[in-house]
Amino acid sequence: MLYEELNKDIRFEEGINSCISCGTCTAICPAAQVYPYQPRAIAETVSTKDDKLIEELLKSETIWYCGECMSCKTRCPRGNAPGLIIMALRALSIKKGLFVESEKGRQQLVLKRTIGEWSYKYGYCVHVDHLNTEMFPELGPIFDFEKKHIDAFMERVGASYHQDKPGALRKIPQEALDEISSIFEVTGAHRQFQHIEKVSAVKAKEMNLELDESGIESDYVQHIYNFSNEEDHSI
Amino acid sequence: MIPEGKKKLWAKYQKEIAEDNYYYARSCIRQNFFPGSESTFLRILKGELGKSILDDPRHTTCTGIAYHTDLVPIETTMTVVARQFALMHEAGLENYVASCVTSFGIYTEILDLWHHNPEMEEKAHELLYKATKREFIKPKNLVHTSDIIYKFREEIAQKSKYRLINKETGEPLKVVEHIGCHYAKMFPHKGVGGAEYPHVLVGMIESWGGDVVDYPERRHCCGFGFRQYLVKANRGYSVSASKKKFESMAPYKPDFILSNCPGCAYFLDRWQYVIADMEGTTYDDKGYGIPSLTYEELAGLVLGYDPWDLGLQLHQVNVEPLLKKIGVEYDPDAKFSSKDGKDLGKPEKPEVLKY
Repeated sequence: MLYEELNKDIRFEEGINSCISCGTCTAICPAAQVYPYQPRAIAETVSTKDDKLIEELLKSETIWYCGECMSCKTRCPRGNAPGLIIMALRALSIKKGLFVESEKGRQQLVLKRTIGEWSYKYGYCVHVDHLNTEMFPELGPIFDFEKKHIDAFMERVGASYHQDKPGALRKIPQEALDEISSIFEVTGAHRQFQHIEKVSAVKAKEMNLELDESGIESDYVQHIYNFSNEEDHSI
Repeated sequence: MIPEGKKKLWAKYQKEIAEDNYYYARSCIRQNFFPGSESTFLRILKGELGKSILDDPRHTTCTGIAYHTDLVPIETTMTVVARQFALMHEAGLENYVASCVTSFGIYTEILDLWHHNPEMEEKAHELLYKATKREFIKPKNLVHTSDIIYKFREEIAQKSKYRLINKETGEPLKVVEHIGCHYAKMFPHKGVGGAEYPHVLVGMIESWGGDVVDYPERRHCCGFGFRQYLVKANRGYSVSASKKKFESMAPYKPDFILSNCPGCAYFLDRWQYVIADMEGTTYDDKGYGIPSLTYEELAGLVLGYDPWDLGLQLHQVNVEPLLKKIGVEYDPDAKFSSKDGKDLGKPEKPEVLKY
């Protein structure tokens, strides 16, 4: 049943075609160098078509280790792309509500409340207004300085920051944002967002962590954004 | 016969890059971290090369980052892509230029998806019409912004004020280039030089007088990894990948890093600051770090544009040692000034990285 559902995902179909288990993907994989992760093992597991093993994957940390760089696609001698298999597995894990069973899978909520919402509310997947050195310390002191004088620097480099005219960081016209929202509605993105919220709320309760209806300040969101059980993720 | 055979062999590493009349799709990441690069790209195209390019305020994120953080279904992404194509078509254009490597990968993937699955293209028409009442036509030519700079690299060289030559020694500057995974690793035939011999940045560096440094981890990912950077708990993945690259390139003593992808240019700049603070390590002899540039910034520098118009003051790794090597005439006191010359003060210095 799970395998059948996985097989309906066009990325799964594109991603695997008789893996020869050579391990080239694992050798080239940046994730395999820092996490207990082998794309070869993913390809082998899904090739068994065993629903029990696939369910274990959907609940696991393993499927969230890939960075979707697709280096595996270039090197596979059979033209497979374990990165695409991962995308199909993640989509199914979300659909089945199993993503909250892993620490890394639970992170979908904070991604939804940042990248996901920014994309349709502002028309940018990230925006300088939402970035700060608390969430992203590596932005460095230069970024704090830039933010302090943001209007002056943006004007200096020819951006149209918050302005109603073409250019970098312009205000996206409301009609365009309405169209993006409408696309999110008819293509199922909003439905998926609501599903992520709903399943995460149940998990937050189970974990006894407070979760507000929106924003990233509440305990559950802060926990999933910051917490990493290094022992689980070490090679 | 042999040259003909070679010509045939190399043909698959070439790509068609339209000559003029482009529709410009900006990059979320480049607009945020390198807004001056996008201004510079348009300045070069319009001012130096006399090309026509439409900067349409109505386009949006392609949803590439949301797609690769597994937040939105492929139907959402392909319909947003279809909307961008509709805007281009409505403007009477057919040459689409993406300023972002992730976006370029997304557009390439969606066009490939439609090619192999015409029913998905049909579905995209239906979904787009339902959501926006728009109709789209696919671009005749799809390129990344760097492809255009590559195409006109010799014209830029002819107009250049500076060459990539060390002013003191007369030697070519040593440059490491970083292509960005989604430019050609997924669809090699869509990138200049493919995935094996990416030439898009090499061509620029060589035309402008520099030497390209080959090093073991040249093709390793910068470590963005989408969720691996965007969630703080995962960020060790991200910095580790960049560190692997820095350690691999350092023995070759590069004068600067040139990146194709805006995210990579950002990471290869900022992770040097982080590694310096965490471990006390810098990857040059003098403790300043290795400047990390976008190709628009580099093109602007060789053309003699003011470095502070390019946005080089917004990098964490100080670019001034590089400006001095090239012999760029610039005003160090204007580094942190507004457009009308008002002094904005100075940023705090990093603890370890010299600034």
